[in-house]
Amino acid sequence: MNSQTPLLQVTDLAIELLPAEERPQPQSLLREVSFEIRRGEILALVGESGSGKSLTSLAIMRLLPDVLNICAGRVELDGRNLFALSEQEMNSVRGRRIAMIFQEPQSSLNPVQTVEQQIGEVLALHQNIRGQALTEKVVALLEEVGIPEARQRLSWYPHQLSGGQKQRVMIAIALACEPQLLIADEPTTALDVTIQQQILQLLDSLRRQRDLGILLITHDMGVVNAMADRVAVMRHGDILEQAEVQSFFRQPVHEYSRMLIHSLPDRRHFLPASQQPPLLEVDNIQVWFAQRKGILQRIAGYTRAVNGISFTIRRGETLALVGESGCGKTTAGRALLNMEPLAGGQIRFAGERIDTLSQKAFKPLRKRIQVIFQDPFSSMNPRMSVREILAEGMVALKVANDPQELEQRMLALLEKVGLEAAHLDRFPHEFSGGQRQRLAIARAVAVEPELIICDEPTSALDVSIRSQVLGLLRNLQQEMGLSYLFITHDLSIIPHIAHRVAVMKDGILLEQGDTQQVLTAPQHAYTRSLLASVPEPIATA
Amino acid sequence: MIKPVVLWSDVLIFILVAFMAAFFWHLRSRPLTLKRWRSVFHSHTGVASFVVILFYLLIAVTDSLHYRLPLDKIEGSDDVHYSQDVRSLLDDILHDLNSLDETTYSEPFSLYSFAKINMQDDSGGVYRDYPRLASAGSHLQTEEDIHADIVQRSVWGLALGLMISLLIIVPHWLWRRRYAAQSSVPWVTAYLTLAALICLSAWALLLGQVYHIFGTNQVGGDVLYQSIKAIRTGVLIGTLATLLTLPLAVVLGISAGYFRGWVDDVVQYIYTTLNSIPGILLIAASVLLIDVYIETHPDDFQLVAVRADFKFLALCFILGMTSWTGLCRLLRAETLKVSQLDYVHAAQAFGVSHARIIFRHIMPNVMHLILISLVLDFSVFVLAEAVLSYIGVGVDPSMNSWGNMINEARAELSRDPVVWWSVSAAFALMFVLVLAANLFSDRVRDAFDPRFH
Repeated sequence: MNSQTPLLQVTDLAIELLPAEERPQPQSLLREVSFEIRRGEILALVGESGSGKSLTSLAIMRLLPDVLNICAGRVELDGRNLFALSEQEMNSVRGRRIAMIFQEPQSSLNPVQTVEQQIGEVLALHQNIRGQALTEKVVALLEEVGIPEARQRLSWYPHQLSGGQKQRVMIAIALACEPQLLIADEPTTALDVTIQQQILQLLDSLRRQRDLGILLITHDMGVVNAMADRVAVMRHGDILEQAEVQSFFRQPVHEYSRMLIHSLPDRRHFLPASQQPPLLEVDNIQVWFAQRKGILQRIAGYTRAVNGISFTIRRGETLALVGESGCGKTTAGRALLNMEPLAGGQIRFAGERIDTLSQKAFKPLRKRIQVIFQDPFSSMNPRMSVREILAEGMVALKVANDPQELEQRMLALLEKVGLEAAHLDRFPHEFSGGQRQRLAIARAVAVEPELIICDEPTSALDVSIRSQVLGLLRNLQQEMGLSYLFITHDLSIIPHIAHRVAVMKDGILLEQGDTQQVLTAPQHAYTRSLLASVPEPIATA
Repeated sequence: MIKPVVLWSDVLIFILVAFMAAFFWHLRSRPLTLKRWRSVFHSHTGVASFVVILFYLLIAVTDSLHYRLPLDKIEGSDDVHYSQDVRSLLDDILHDLNSLDETTYSEPFSLYSFAKINMQDDSGGVYRDYPRLASAGSHLQTEEDIHADIVQRSVWGLALGLMISLLIIVPHWLWRRRYAAQSSVPWVTAYLTLAALICLSAWALLLGQVYHIFGTNQVGGDVLYQSIKAIRTGVLIGTLATLLTLPLAVVLGISAGYFRGWVDDVVQYIYTTLNSIPGILLIAASVLLIDVYIETHPDDFQLVAVRADFKFLALCFILGMTSWTGLCRLLRAETLKVSQLDYVHAAQAFGVSHARIIFRHIMPNVMHLILISLVLDFSVFVLAEAVLSYIGVGVDPSMNSWGNMINEARAELSRDPVVWWSVSAAFALMFVLVLAANLFSDRVRDAFDPRFH
């Protein structure tokens, strides 16, 4: 077939939410979405959460939930209108012609089936292969997606695989029936940067070998830049702009696209290091978790989550603690809050030793050291109003005593973090992710701390919101002289926020120094590999 | 003069009602919680099932106002003696139902007994036939009038019911138009449910005067009367036993999940031990102990009603004490999960005390579990009562209960032709109660579970 005819053609697709009891009017979620994908081409569908990216992909697969209705448009695969097919015919399209991979490999694989069973199931169902041939085919697939020692891993269960390997298995399942179109819905968002890079390379080589059309759904402009041939920018259910990647990054047409591109890190400006006296001194701390065995629960050994790290944070300074998941950075943060017992080492805060204090003696310090968590959806009690959430810390630490003062402070706080007084009596679920993170910041700042431990505060947020939250954190730092320990796995945001950087791996610090020095002249090989896997920004005109 | 009698279970049911009233009154000062409860009452199911539950509760309350009638004066003595028979306000309302005594089974609306007996004809010959019932339909001139009479009384009953409903509903409607602002509570549904319940009651009372709507039981008692009297037993055993499980399950479950370590070990040890003893055996043993206690202290239990009541409360207590483990286990697991969430860590980082964390952060977030198991247990206990009656350790046989009725149905259903009305009546009344409770709890859960917003 002629490579000029598009593989997938979506024309004027519109989706609405059907009216329900509480909403008499149908709500339009997607309007006149049109795009096409050719063979061997990657189209990146970019947008923030709620923009309709995933809806589009589900509509193509005809997997929309019942409350959503496709009210207009056509989807053609190889010239065949998918909306005109019967459900049975559609079943043979799913998996065989169009395959899908998801964001979360953890939950997309069945934990009680082996790798072979899961891949084999698809093959046996769609291609009717049995016995030895099936095993051979599975091994070939696993090798194709780059799983080492594929034959030995056939009998492995998902929990024995790493996150990246699980995603590879997911891709193998998707490719099993040799589809023409692959829909990848945020395939790398849940993975560490170095793994992300490998998975993206795998997808890229697969589409070349198999002449595969890929619809890549993402919110990460770095990924778009590294992977895609063409880009479609989506917002609030509309496609704002469609262009070739090069021209898109050189000359974005839409204001919103420009903002998205701008969210990529700028590695030319760095924050100057602070000269203030040190506030927190961490000296060779260790946090070990006991591994217990047998009936008597005897301690058989230790997991050394944090194995001797030292750093200092000065007043008004931000130290970024960088590392991939499982390296012990969150545990280190918890140890500073006296939530994990130390196996060794010392922590000094404003010159005084704090690691030996009891929970009770630590209480005055709770006012001075605060914390902001990663997930703005689990960090606030869903059953408490904003008023109760903000007041809790202030009342517990006796920052404000009479109700009037409390009220005044809460209003001032909301204003400070860019929310309104009317928000006081709402509940967390009524806010967006960015607003919730602002609330979490307000809650932490409420007790006027000196140090805030920020545990990946922006990694659950969309790019545009991420830069707003980082801006807010920076403003608060200047205003109140705060120090931050900024725990993150995302190197791209470090220039925006950190004065100094410490790189952590397997419980120890490999390298630390001023941001500029670490990012431009990394000493350690691991730091270099981390930096190399961050998608390169493009110098915009 | 009558002499009021206050049984312990009466006290408990009044405390329960007072508690409910206080709870809704207390809501007035909590706008946020009030908003959620409002959303419960914004749905048709919520309002309708609430009206049904209230109706059952009202019957239980009127059945809990007990008194004894004075006996006729004995000549030569001024002392007033009271009847041994403890009556309730409900007995007065249902007086007509209860006064139609027959000798044995009869079908619903039947004029004849269900069992043949030997009778003598005018010439003195003996024959076997179904005898005419003593009191049902005794006002009829001829037996052919029965259909016309039923229709006439039904129409009258419904008309009366409608009149009473209008008398209640119209003033409220006018008041609402005048003073209450536009509310989104589906009042029409509430009115319709209420009117249906009132019409049904009026119909049953009017027809029940002269017929046995649900037939009669083995000793000729009216089955409808029996099953209405059983409402109090059902409502009480359901609520009291569940309320008794709560403190143990909540306190032990949450502290095991929150504090872990040795607290968890102890709690788990207790409930695994308790779980490994067969429940029925434990209950039967405890009930037998109570029986022994009653027999050795006859002075404390002079009235049959007092004895039955004591046994009944003991049964509630025993049921509660033996069935908290399921909820406890659930709460422990959920607390383990919730206490790992960031907002609990955040509260700990603020130095909030354990008690406050448990009450503010953990309790509200496991509340849906408590609510759901409350309602599920409710029906389980109503049924457990039937099972226990079956092996002879249930409520006192002098007390009307659906369990006792279902238990009797064992023999009735094996007869030929089948005596089906007793078990049907118990089933119908129990079904309506359990269904209403389930529907209502569904709405409550939807309103309070943040995942549904």
